[in-house]
Amino acid sequence: MNQLMKTHSDEIERLLAAYPPERKRAAVMPLLHLAQKDNGYVSGQAMQDIAEICDISVTEVASVVGFYTLFHDQPGGKIRLQVCTDVACKLRGATEYLNGLCSELGILPGGTTADGLVTVEEVKCLAACDKAPMFQSQIGDEIEYHENQTTQRTLDWLKLMTASMKREADHE
Amino acid sequence: MSDLYLLRHRQTQGLNQLKTYIAEGGFDTWKKVVTKLKPEEVTQQVKDSGLRGRGGAGFPTGTKWSFLPNNIWPHYVVANADESEPGTFKDREILEMNPYQFLEGLMIASYAVQSHDSYIYFRGEFAQIATRFNERLAELTAQGLLGDKLFGTDYALRLHAHLGAGAYICGEETALLESIEGRLGQPRLRPPFPAVVGLFDKPTVINNVETLTNLPIILGKGVSYFRSQGTEKSPGTKIFCLSGRVKNPGNYELPLGTTFRELIFKHGGGILNDAKIKAIMPAGASSSLIPATDTALDTPMDYESVPALGAQLGSASVIILDETVNISDLVNSTVHFFKHESCGKCTPCREGTYWMAHITDRIVRGEASKADIDLLKAVAGQMQNKCFCALGEFSISAVLSGIQQFRADFEARVEK
Repeated sequence: MNQLMKTHSDEIERLLAAYPPERKRAAVMPLLHLAQKDNGYVSGQAMQDIAEICDISVTEVASVVGFYTLFHDQPGGKIRLQVCTDVACKLRGATEYLNGLCSELGILPGGTTADGLVTVEEVKCLAACDKAPMFQSQIGDEIEYHENQTTQRTLDWLKLMTASMKREADHE
Repeated sequence: MSDLYLLRHRQTQGLNQLKTYIAEGGFDTWKKVVTKLKPEEVTQQVKDSGLRGRGGAGFPTGTKWSFLPNNIWPHYVVANADESEPGTFKDREILEMNPYQFLEGLMIASYAVQSHDSYIYFRGEFAQIATRFNERLAELTAQGLLGDKLFGTDYALRLHAHLGAGAYICGEETALLESIEGRLGQPRLRPPFPAVVGLFDKPTVINNVETLTNLPIILGKGVSYFRSQGTEKSPGTKIFCLSGRVKNPGNYELPLGTTFRELIFKHGGGILNDAKIKAIMPAGASSSLIPATDTALDTPMDYESVPALGAQLGSASVIILDETVNISDLVNSTVHFFKHESCGKCTPCREGTYWMAHITDRIVRGEASKADIDLLKAVAGQMQNKCFCALGEFSISAVLSGIQQFRADFEARVEK
């Protein structure tokens, strides 16, 4: 049974309706976004489900996951923190900001904190060049911009976020 | 302050609320276009306006539309909201703050080429914006501004938001089409051009967000009103994205033909810490470096004048470099960007950006020899005119112009 179809049948109907019926493959990216919303990455099972819905091979779905930066096939930290270090941000101290943040968290860029909560990644231009340093947070499939950052400001925000996550985890 | 057209929300509060946009005369032009104008009349007015594509290439918009054959159907319009050139952040402001003017423009373009299903391709990082757009599209449909039998005519239009997932190359129009169709974002061989074989193999127009946002002005206020700003060959206003080592980075809507000096020193407030300006990148990371001479600073920013300086206006993402910046560091950064974003389809770009990244890494770490500078130049030279699409060609702009104009910066790193 197609698990993804079972849990999201209405949403999937709606997504497929945006494309010509003989072009179901066009729904592959919207479906991947949908699957990633569930647990922060696209599982092997979800890829199979999507392949079935779009009538393409699992390998083709996996190649799309591999090509695009925002799709993940492995679970990462609950909060993915993506810092832009491209030209314009770099000119306003983004590299120093990234290094400062990582050293405070005790990780290297690309790494995840020991409690599994935070992953810090270096990414390409996010169209916020006038408000550098900045990062985007990716929690599940929710993406949010955080501009005009300092290491301290980001750490304060992280403290709030991780505290509320830990509280939620304790409740469960 | 002069009137703003594309960034009108800065002068009119709440323009991203449908109620406010309509109260300000929004969608009157849309209604007029559908009920009073023939599609070819719309295209003619856009041709007469001289509007040129704001995504980078500066191609005349009306001419682009007129390439669609009238014996192959359906036609599609795709709005390119994949803004991702480093140094570019204009479309994001439009999409967040003045979204309905953009949508009205997309609807007008759709009518002009008689598309009934048009798509907006958002870069993946704009997920929140895309979610909000789905709500906006539902609102417009509920108000009878989208859907079947618009204003009692036979014309029907549906808009669809499609979200990318982090790939700069998808801003290239044929890669964007591949991406909507559910494949890797890799560019297609041209010809055939998208105007004939585009989305789902049908005739397709792809326009940038800012380009489309101009249309309600042209069709609403008239061609001569639009042409009253800018230059003869580059009419209208343009959003200049100013970033880098300036005091007041941000978006500035100014007439095309405004000089670099006015943008940087009057609007941008000058250089950080009052340092000396060194160079300008007028088109983001894809740009050649222009040494900031008096001649360069007094050059008008339009599609004709900037090429005379050996660069392009592109999407007008003006990155400012001051004397504190070593150009080899900058080139290292742009090369890494293109290495990461190369789609891997063609060898010159995939391998060339890889090797340029290695060489520039050596240079900035102080581990290179003088010969490495010439090696870097040679690798870039071998890529020139051999890449499958513009990404590869753009990856060498800063490298070649950087070595040519600022060789001393590279040498300062290797001699250590």
